[in-house]
Amino acid sequence: MKKSVFLGTLSAAALIAGIAGAATLDDVKGRGELICGVNTGLTGFGAPDANGNYQGFDVAMCKALAAAVLGDASKVKYIPTTGETRFTALASGEVDVLVRNSTWTFMRDVDLKFDFVAVNYYDGQGFMVKKDLGVSSAKELDGATVCIQTGTTTELNLADFFKANNMSYTPVTVADDSEGQRQYLAGACDAYTTDASGLAASRASMPDAENHIILPEIISKEPLGPLVRHGDNQWGDVVRWTYYALVAAEEYGVNKANIEEVASTTQNPEVKRLLGVEGELGEKLGLDKEWAKRAIAAVGNYGEIFEANIGSGTPIGLARGLNALWTQGGLQYAPPFR
Amino acid sequence: MAFVQDAPKDSFRLSMLIYDTRYRSLTIQVVVLILFMLFLSWLLNNTIQNLAAKDRTFDFGFLLSRAGYDINQRLVEYTNDSTHARAAFIGLLNTLLSAVVGCILATIIGVVVGVLRLSNNWLVSRLMTVYVEMFRNVPVLLWILLAATILSETTPNPRDFRVTPEMQAAGEAPKATMLFGIIAVTNRGTDIPEPKFCVGKPREECDADPNEGGLGIIDLGIFKVSLNLLALLVVFGGSIFATRRLKRQADATQDATGVRPVTWWKNLLILVLPSAALLWALGLHFVVPELKGFNFAGGITVLHSFTALTLALALYTAAFIAEIVRAGIMAISRGQSEAAAALGLRPARTMRLVILPQALRVIIPPLISQYLNLTKNTSLAIAVSYMDLRGTLGGITLNQTGKELECMLLMMGIYLTISLIISSCMNIFNRAVRLKER
Repeated sequence: MKKSVFLGTLSAAALIAGIAGAATLDDVKGRGELICGVNTGLTGFGAPDANGNYQGFDVAMCKALAAAVLGDASKVKYIPTTGETRFTALASGEVDVLVRNSTWTFMRDVDLKFDFVAVNYYDGQGFMVKKDLGVSSAKELDGATVCIQTGTTTELNLADFFKANNMSYTPVTVADDSEGQRQYLAGACDAYTTDASGLAASRASMPDAENHIILPEIISKEPLGPLVRHGDNQWGDVVRWTYYALVAAEEYGVNKANIEEVASTTQNPEVKRLLGVEGELGEKLGLDKEWAKRAIAAVGNYGEIFEANIGSGTPIGLARGLNALWTQGGLQYAPPFR
Repeated sequence: MAFVQDAPKDSFRLSMLIYDTRYRSLTIQVVVLILFMLFLSWLLNNTIQNLAAKDRTFDFGFLLSRAGYDINQRLVEYTNDSTHARAAFIGLLNTLLSAVVGCILATIIGVVVGVLRLSNNWLVSRLMTVYVEMFRNVPVLLWILLAATILSETTPNPRDFRVTPEMQAAGEAPKATMLFGIIAVTNRGTDIPEPKFCVGKPREECDADPNEGGLGIIDLGIFKVSLNLLALLVVFGGSIFATRRLKRQADATQDATGVRPVTWWKNLLILVLPSAALLWALGLHFVVPELKGFNFAGGITVLHSFTALTLALALYTAAFIAEIVRAGIMAISRGQSEAAAALGLRPARTMRLVILPQALRVIIPPLISQYLNLTKNTSLAIAVSYMDLRGTLGGITLNQTGKELECMLLMMGIYLTISLIISSCMNIFNRAVRLKER
């Protein structure tokens, strides 16, 4: 008797474990809310505004996704994650998707069992120093104390860079961006290193932004993008194509303002398919016809999101650079919608 | 005719398991045990199932692969080419350093404050009350952050120590100067002179050698042992043994004649002279830190992250220890101090010879918990960027390898082991001081 109870429990446990790994898309629809892992606070990318609402370049991706899947861009629950907690949060199912300046690397893709569905920002690691330090190149940082965020690829890049240039340094490992900024501003470290976009965002939020410079050396490749758990390909497809819909919209000149007009007047078959006027791309994803239209209408196309959050008109002032469309010499390229 | 009824047969029935008090407690225990085992097996099974569902394995092989990151405080040799296991070891040593220094400081401060809180001096006792109430009623994390912020915001940048030729020409003094010309307090750490040894070589040669001069070192594989330190320990241990003998002789003389011979200057000589002679023979000298490039080099840098963490933990825990000490002292009846006074003992001696030895019996058991608390609280180190076990094994290694379960289990195992070692040591000490009943 005891044995059968034991076996029963085992099979029940197995059943529960099996259900937990089921389709994320159904979970999100059933819940009526998307749970999105974001930064604890990086101005321009993902940070709460004065009213406590999350805003930013990465956050816009969450909103677009919620608009595509649930039809309402506001149905997102933001879970702030640090560099250290983000992957555990995704792997354990605490968040549905992680959009948090995370670098696509071999180990994370293969060994940590995640799928990076796209690259929404091509970045590289840089250094920020105070102007009065008199340093103009990262090669002059021999013996410096460097602040660095724990749980990031930048830790390993930093070690490699100093080793390759036969220099020494003292790392100060901080838990998150705000602590890094505090230590850097207090002078506890000579240089602060993270992704160049992150540095620009940090600098924009400093009271004396003009006294800090970002050194010209970019010491690594940091393709940042949204990621989902490995193995749930349907959900991965939804996230991937929602992102590409935003990129394609920019390419075809569809934006927040003209989307209704374009949808009714366009003669371009690809735009028709994208906006759900023709074909059934949405149904194939497990969504409805107008998924991409809703996503674009909610947050705008890729270019609009970039300019509104981190572009040259904002205090962060990042140039499009590598993140321009492929038609303008950049790397942002959406596969065909057919 | 008498009808004799048989006594009821004492046969076992299943219902007796519940209704018979002889069996009931056993039944309950067995049922609870089965439920507990079922819960454990469910946990284990759930883990295995979920690992399999995520296509993850469970192995500790990653510990032997290259770590690839740097650590700022290294008590033994470590580079980014070392293994993850080595990085965890460095973190463990940093944890232990902070815990040991913290425990010692907390005990000293705690005992002094606890005794002073009972002082008859109104001002002193109230001040101590304020200290205790302030520290134990604010979360320790806030004290750690406060200490780190004060240390890094109020101290000068290493650059401020620089004297440029233009400044010399203009006769300007730098913004900051070193304490006594040998200690530099910057906003990163405290640079103190480093002791170096040198035998039979010019000093410059010894100082250039990263290994210690003097007797050299033995490489044990896991870490290196300085022979200089070993020699010093042996000599000092010998001195302590000699003072013990001296004390026994003095006791014997006192028992025989009633007069205690004066021993303090002999003790002092025995303790100081041999060690001093050894250090002189080994060519002890101090290398004073110098500003080179961005930071001071040449001395030992005590990072502010270490100072802030250890100091805050020590002050916080000392507030609890002070209360424990006060409770211990108040548990000793007044008659004891009155009897000591009647015998002519002065207050300081009464405290040292009569009150404290008895109070220790009350103090030691709760003191163990405070030491354990302090040790476990060192895991808050990441708040001030101190690379302890949680920062290396449970932080960077966990994150870079993605082996959450393995790292967490390993870390729990290590903290458990440290805690068990501390409590067993303290239990041995407790047995030594407790009331001997014959």
